[in-house]
Amino acid sequence: MTTVKTFAWLCLLAPLAGSILNALLFRVARGRIPGVIGTFFLFVSFVAAVVTFVALQDLGEEERQVRAIAWDIANTAGVDAQLTLLVDPLAVFMALVVSGISSLIHLYSVAYMDSDRGYTRFFSYLNFFVFSMLLLVLAGNFLVLIVGWAFVGAASYLLISFWYRRSTATAAGIKAFVINVLGDVGLVLGTYFIFRGTGTLDFLDAFAKAPDVFGHNDGDLVAGLILLLVGAFAKSAQVPLHTWLPDAMEGPTPVSALIHAATMVTAGVYLIARMWPFFELTPAAAAVGAIVGAVTLFIAATIALTQTDLKRVIAYSTMSQIGYMVMAVSSGAYVAGLFHLMTHAFFKALLFMAAGSVIAAMAGTQNLDRMGGFRRAMPFTFGCMVIGGLALAGVPPFSGFFSKDEILAFVAARDDWHIILAVVGYIAAFMTAVYTFRMIFRAFLGDPVPEARELESGHLHHAEVHTNPMTGEVEDTDVGFPGPVHHIAERELPMKVAMGALAVGAVIAGFLQIPDVTEAIDHFLEPTFAGSEFFEELDPSGGLTAFGLILGTVLSLSGIALAHFIWVRRPGTAERVRERLAPLYGLFVNKWYFDELIDALFVRPGRLLGAVAQSVIERLFVDGGITGGATSVVRAGSAAVRAVQTGFLRNYVGLIVLGMVAVTVYFLLQT
Amino acid sequence: MNIGWYLVVSALVFAIGAGGVLTRRNPLVILLCLELMLNAANLALVAFSRMHGNGDGQIFAIIVMVVAACEVTVGLGMIVALYRRRLPIDVDELRALHG
Repeated sequence: MTTVKTFAWLCLLAPLAGSILNALLFRVARGRIPGVIGTFFLFVSFVAAVVTFVALQDLGEEERQVRAIAWDIANTAGVDAQLTLLVDPLAVFMALVVSGISSLIHLYSVAYMDSDRGYTRFFSYLNFFVFSMLLLVLAGNFLVLIVGWAFVGAASYLLISFWYRRSTATAAGIKAFVINVLGDVGLVLGTYFIFRGTGTLDFLDAFAKAPDVFGHNDGDLVAGLILLLVGAFAKSAQVPLHTWLPDAMEGPTPVSALIHAATMVTAGVYLIARMWPFFELTPAAAAVGAIVGAVTLFIAATIALTQTDLKRVIAYSTMSQIGYMVMAVSSGAYVAGLFHLMTHAFFKALLFMAAGSVIAAMAGTQNLDRMGGFRRAMPFTFGCMVIGGLALAGVPPFSGFFSKDEILAFVAARDDWHIILAVVGYIAAFMTAVYTFRMIFRAFLGDPVPEARELESGHLHHAEVHTNPMTGEVEDTDVGFPGPVHHIAERELPMKVAMGALAVGAVIAGFLQIPDVTEAIDHFLEPTFAGSEFFEELDPSGGLTAFGLILGTVLSLSGIALAHFIWVRRPGTAERVRERLAPLYGLFVNKWYFDELIDALFVRPGRLLGAVAQSVIERLFVDGGITGGATSVVRAGSAAVRAVQTGFLRNYVGLIVLGMVAVTVYFLLQT
Repeated sequence: MNIGWYLVVSALVFAIGAGGVLTRRNPLVILLCLELMLNAANLALVAFSRMHGNGDGQIFAIIVMVVAACEVTVGLGMIVALYRRRLPIDVDELRALHG
């Protein structure tokens, strides 16, 4: 018990120590030292997570929910706010994924960010992010959860706007922060509903009291959970709060890999899985989550088919995969959703790292139209990209195959209307294979572009003039902009090690949970979901599982074949399809007009309101009425008083004498 | 002797002093005129003291003299300081504190 607590705290606090150390060292640290410091503390954190995991397995099944309480934050008026960690299988599972993937991404960044002038700042932020994320997943009550939730949003903002002299990056950071704060508000208000009912902030106490306090589909709880879902949707980029995620690709590529693919965006999935006792009481709220997840996974997959920015394609695929997870955990397939969360973290981080390597080879350009033929120039990156792509597309025996098909089988087995969601999921799975391999084929096959040719003859292309890949603006390479030198995986050992480890994970992680063979994650997570109706009873039949696995294989392979046909065998096909389906293409390439919709509904009315407030309330009322009125009264009064102060001594004396005479005359007249 | 005469002299001296303070421009003369006003008050105090037959008024007069001595010290010190800084010795010119 003590070991579990000690190492859980160590796991949480090591990244914080790294962040503070890097922040203090930023003037003196030279070379790659900050990167080494950051990576070291992350490895400490990962090892601590592993020790926690082992120690937790030593405890009896009923004891595997350990509360580590540091101190009371407030204990008054019925609020029991303590600094509590809840160390249970779900938290340890998340901590392992977060700290493990983060250490590898830190290792990758040691080389990748090498020439950036903000190197120390980068690692300080990145460590702070991991600390926040661990605080979020280890939180033992709503208060700590909210703190971690908000910290994660702040870290995300800092890292998206990391190149703070790029106007597009700062705009993207603000957008992400505003939408995340909207989610924070949802989370806080949702917590209030739950606290009002159960009277406690502690997770385990609240879960225990929930069935006594709330009835089936209780109105209060439904409202609270929908608000919690708003928080989850904002953080996990679900429709309609998803527009920040593609823009978040303005951050450095390791940030995209860590925050906007592997960890932070899965916080919403974790939240729904953590709140399962509430969601099982209110199927209405759970249905909202499941439907939104299905809608998101479909919309994101269609958009990913048409994007031409390498990182944005992967960003939309992230959105789509998180849609799968949200759909799963909202439909009661908790283990399937969390399993997909883990495998997705492996292969999506890998894809982003490979994309980062390609972007470096292109000297910062992210446009797929300008890429091609990198296969021979970058064999290692190509191999990693293909492994990641196969896992994402769900080709057996890669990890994504098992996790995605488990989700779809569970959702299909749930009940009548959930089968529609499963069908949507299968359609999107087909599109996933198409867009993933469209991206890989366009970047790696075909005629080599000049950059690829140069690399084949041993020269890494470095841009003469540095430009913003989004706007084409000419940029500096000073602090606040990307550094001048680019690093590719083929030439940097740290990048190679990180990508190699993830590639192994992307291949073998799926074997942890093969239906009816090795249900390791199922067994491990059992204590957290003990007593759950769906965890115990929801189990797709053998026939359904087998059918799902075969259908998944057929869909992914035919998707890859289609992508091969369109972009490799008959290169002109894509343009012909685009012309034939022009309206559909317009819808997808413009991202279903979500940005325009939000702009018209919220941003522009908000601006208008602001303009009106400025011209009417601020100028007329405040400046004119309140401020102007007060100053003119004071000015008039002081002008009168000032006129008396002539500075002539005789005037003052004269006034004194006059006053004295007046007093004397008054008293004389009285008598 | 009637107290009225003392008071008349006192009032006269006071009026002369006040007139001097009001009309003169030399700070040295203004200080002298202030002394006249204070001593006019002293005269009245001593006269009343004599009339009532106790010493309270005389004690008052002595205190007024002490105050006058202090006031003259400060006033003369200021005049010397003005002179050292080559500022005009004229109260009409020294009106930097006007509003």
